Amino acid sequence: MAEVALRTERLSKRFGGLAAVADVTLDCRMGEVHAVIGPNGAGKSTLINMLSGDLAPTSGTVAIHGRDVTAATADRISRLGVGRSYQKTNVFLPFSAFENARLAAQSRLRSSMRFLRPSGRYRQVNETAARALELAGLSAKADVPVAALSHGEQRQVEIAMTLATRPTVLLLDEPLAGMGAEESRRIVALLQRLAKDHAILLVEHDMDAVFAVADTLTVMVNGTVLESGPPETIRASRTVQEAYLGGEEVHA
Amino acid sequence: MSLGTFLVQLLNSVQYGLLLFLVASGLTLIFGIMGVINIAHGAFYMIGAYLAWSLAGQLGSFWLALPLGIALSVILGLALEWLLINKLYDRDHLYQVLLTYGLILVFEELRAILWGNDVHGVPIPEQLKASIPLTENLSYPVYRLFISGVCLAVAGLMYWVIQKTRLGMIVRAGASNRDMVQSLGIDIGFVYRVVFAVGVALAAFAGMIAAPVSSVFPGMGGQVLIICFVVVVIGGVGSVKGALVAALLIGLIDTFGKVIELDIAGFNVLPELSGMSVYLLMAAVLLWRPQGIFGARP
Amino acid sequence: MSRRLGWIAGLVALAALVALPFLADKFYVQLFTKILIMAIFAMSLDLLIGYTGLVSFGHAAFYGVAAYTLALVTPQYEAASMWTSLLLSMGVAALLAFLIGLLVLRTSGIYFIMVTLAFAQMVYFVFHDTKLAGGSDGIFIYVRPVLEVFGWKPFDLEQFRDLYFVVLGCAVGVFLLLRMMLGSLFGRVIAGVRVNEHRMRSLGYPTFRYKLVCFTLAGAIAGLAGWLSAVQFGVVNPDFLAWHLSGSVIMMVILGGMGTLVGPMIGAAAMMLAEIGFQEVTEHWQLLMGGFIVLVALLLPKGLLGLLAPKPEGKGAARG
Repeated sequence: MAEVALRTERLSKRFGGLAAVADVTLDCRMGEVHAVIGPNGAGKSTLINMLSGDLAPTSGTVAIHGRDVTAATADRISRLGVGRSYQKTNVFLPFSAFENARLAAQSRLRSSMRFLRPSGRYRQVNETAARALELAGLSAKADVPVAALSHGEQRQVEIAMTLATRPTVLLLDEPLAGMGAEESRRIVALLQRLAKDHAILLVEHDMDAVFAVADTLTVMVNGTVLESGPPETIRASRTVQEAYLGGEEVHA
Repeated sequence: MSLGTFLVQLLNSVQYGLLLFLVASGLTLIFGIMGVINIAHGAFYMIGAYLAWSLAGQLGSFWLALPLGIALSVILGLALEWLLINKLYDRDHLYQVLLTYGLILVFEELRAILWGNDVHGVPIPEQLKASIPLTENLSYPVYRLFISGVCLAVAGLMYWVIQKTRLGMIVRAGASNRDMVQSLGIDIGFVYRVVFAVGVALAAFAGMIAAPVSSVFPGMGGQVLIICFVVVVIGGVGSVKGALVAALLIGLIDTFGKVIELDIAGFNVLPELSGMSVYLLMAAVLLWRPQGIFGARP
Repeated sequence: MSRRLGWIAGLVALAALVALPFLADKFYVQLFTKILIMAIFAMSLDLLIGYTGLVSFGHAAFYGVAAYTLALVTPQYEAASMWTSLLLSMGVAALLAFLIGLLVLRTSGIYFIMVTLAFAQMVYFVFHDTKLAGGSDGIFIYVRPVLEVFGWKPFDLEQFRDLYFVVLGCAVGVFLLLRMMLGSLFGRVIAGVRVNEHRMRSLGYPTFRYKLVCFTLAGAIAGLAGWLSAVQFGVVNPDFLAWHLSGSVIMMVILGGMGTLVGPMIGAAAMMLAEIGFQEVTEHWQLLMGGFIVLVALLLPKGLLGLLAPKPEGKGAARG
C-alpha cells in the first residue's frame, strides 16, 4: 500500500461557540486523489486552511509524511513538500506570470539569502518555473503582468505557482472555480497525470471533474464528515443524496 | 516608602493614567472606526493646553475657558475632517502618516505664531485650590482628584454612548462594515466627521484640564503622542477598554518607576532612565502578544 | 521614460555632481554634501518603505546612533581612524536595528508604525536625558576622521571638497549596491513580501527572517549616513535622533517616488531645496513645509518621479 502522505485525526476548529469543522478524520495516500465535497459553508475551506498551516486547529492532529504538523506555520508545512492553491486567487498581481512561478520555484532553494547574483541567472529555478507554467497552460502569457490576465488565466497562475514548488502533496481549493470548459478539461487532465506520483486533496464543486479524478470522496456537511468512501459508494448513498447531491444545485 | 507617599503616588498614577486614556481613546477610536492613523493627535492635546492658558487668561476664568475651548476644538475637528481627513479613508497608512505629519508642522508653527514658544503655567481655579489631608504630614490636591473624576465621568459617558445609544451602535457597525451602514441610508460620512471631532475634542479637553498641573510648553504634543502610541499598542488598536487598561498600567509604571530607585548590586541604576520603563513594558507586550492585550488576533 | 533615457539622465546628473566642486562655491558644495548624505539616508528607508512595505517611523534612531558612535570613539582632540570608526558606527547601527527589528517585526500595519516611533523615541531619551553622551548639548568632534593607507592619506576630510567626493562616492556606491541587491534572490523575496506576504509564507519562505535582514541592512546604511553627517557637522546632538528627522526622511522618500531608489535621491534634494526656499520667504517656514507635505500626501502619491513616467504597474518588477 502506498505511503500515507497526509493524515488528520479528529481535526476541529471552533470560533467561540461555533464549530466550523468538527472531528474530521481522513487520510490521503501517495498516488491517490481524495476529493472533499459538500455544500457551501460545510467547512471545506477551513479544513484546507488547517492542513496548509494558514489556520491553527483548535484540536486534533495533522501529519504530513508521518510528521506531526498540527501547530506548524504555513511556511514550514510548505517546505515539507506541500503545495497549496487558493480558492480566492492569491497571486502577485504586479508581477508577470513567469515571475510568479519563478518566485514560487525559488522557494525550494536552500536559501534565498543571496545578495549579489541577479535572480534571473538561476537556471534551474527558471526551468522549473517554465515547466510549471507549461503544465498550467500559460506558457504563451509568461511575460504578461498577472493583473492584466483574465480571471481564468489568473487561476492558471495560481496552479502554476503551486506546481513550481515541486510538492509531493497537493492541497487544491476549488482549482476549477472561474475556469471555462476548455481550461477545466486541461486542468482535469493535468490532475490525472499528477495523481500518479502525488497525494492530492481536492476541494471542488465541479462534480464532473470530481468523479473523473477522485479515488476517494469525503462528503462534509456543517463541519463534519457525513460519509467517506469510493465514488460509486458515495454516488449511491442515500444520505449523501439527500444532504447534497440530490436536490442541490451543482455549482460548476 | 511610607503609606502616605505610596498613596500620593498611587493617586498620581491613576490621574496620569486617566488623562492618558482620554487622549489615547480618541486616537484608538479614530483608527478603529475610520481606519486612519492620525499622527497629529498629540498636537490637539497641545492646542487644548494652549487654549486653556490663553482663554483663561483672556476671560479671567478657567470655567469659562473650558466650554469655549471644547467648542473650538470640535469646530477644528469638524473642519479638519471635512477638508483633509476624509480624503484619507481608503489610502495606505503611509499617506495618512505623511499628511498628518505635515499637519503637526503646521499646528506647531501656528502655535508659535499665535502664542509664542514660551513655557506657561495655568493657575488652578480658585474653587479647587484646596488639598485633602491624607496622613499627618501629607495632603493631596483636590484639583488632581477633580481631573481623575472628570476623566472617569467622560469614560463612563463614552461607554454609555457607544454601548447604549443608537449613535454608538451605528459607530460600532460602521467600524466593521461601512458599505452596509451606508446602504441602510445612514450618512456614514457624517458619522465619521462626528467621531473625528469627538476624538479631537477629547484630546484637547485632556490638554485643557491637565494644563494647571503640567506646564504648557511647545514639545508637549509630541511627548503625549508617543506615550499614546504605547498605550494603543499595549491595549490593542481600536479597543477603548484596552486603552483604559493600558493607560492605567502605564500611569502606574511610569509614576512608580520614577520614584523607586533601582539598586542593583549597590549601583543606582541610572534614575534618568526611569522613563524607559514604559518602553520596556511595550517591548514585553510585543514579545508576548503583539496585537496588544485586547487587540484582535491578526 | 525608457530605461535607456533614464540611464543617460543618470549619467548626466552624475557628471554634473562630479563637476560641481570645480564650478560652484563652498556654500553649494556643502549644501550638496548635505543633500547627498540625506539621499543615502532616504535610500536606506526606501528599502523598507518602498521595497518591503514596512513603514518605519523611527529610522532616525540608526542614523543618530551611528553619529554618536563616531563622536564617542573620537579622542578629544585627535582624529579617529576612518576605517574603525566607520565600521563601528555602522555596526552599532546594524546591531540596534537587529534588536529593534526582532521586536517590531512581530507587528505590521499601524502597529509597526507606532512601535518604530516609540522605540526610536526611547533611544532619543537615552541620549537626551542621560550623561552618556553629553545630554541635550551633545558632543563635539574637533578633528575629523582620518584615512591612512601605509602612511598615505588619499584625502583630507577637513577639506570640504574632499569630503564632498567621499560622500558622493558613498552615495553612488550605496545606489549601485542596493540596485544589485534588489535584483538578487533576496531582493525578489523582499519584493514578494511587499506585494503578498501571506502568499510568500505559503510558498515556504520564512518571511520574518528576510524582513529582519532587510531591516538590519537598512539600519546599517542609515548608520553610514549618520557617520557622514557627524563628520560634516562636527557636532552630534539629540537632534540626530529626533522623530522630526524620521518624519522628514519619510517625506523625502515619498516626494521623490518610493520604490525606485532614484526617487529618494531626488526627494532628498527637493526637500532640502524646498527648506531653503521656504526659509527665504519667512521665519515661520515650517508652516510652508507642513503645507507642502500635506499637499504632496494628497496629490502626489507616486512622487516627483511619478510625474515623469506613468509606467504601467509593476513593469520594473516584471523583469525576472
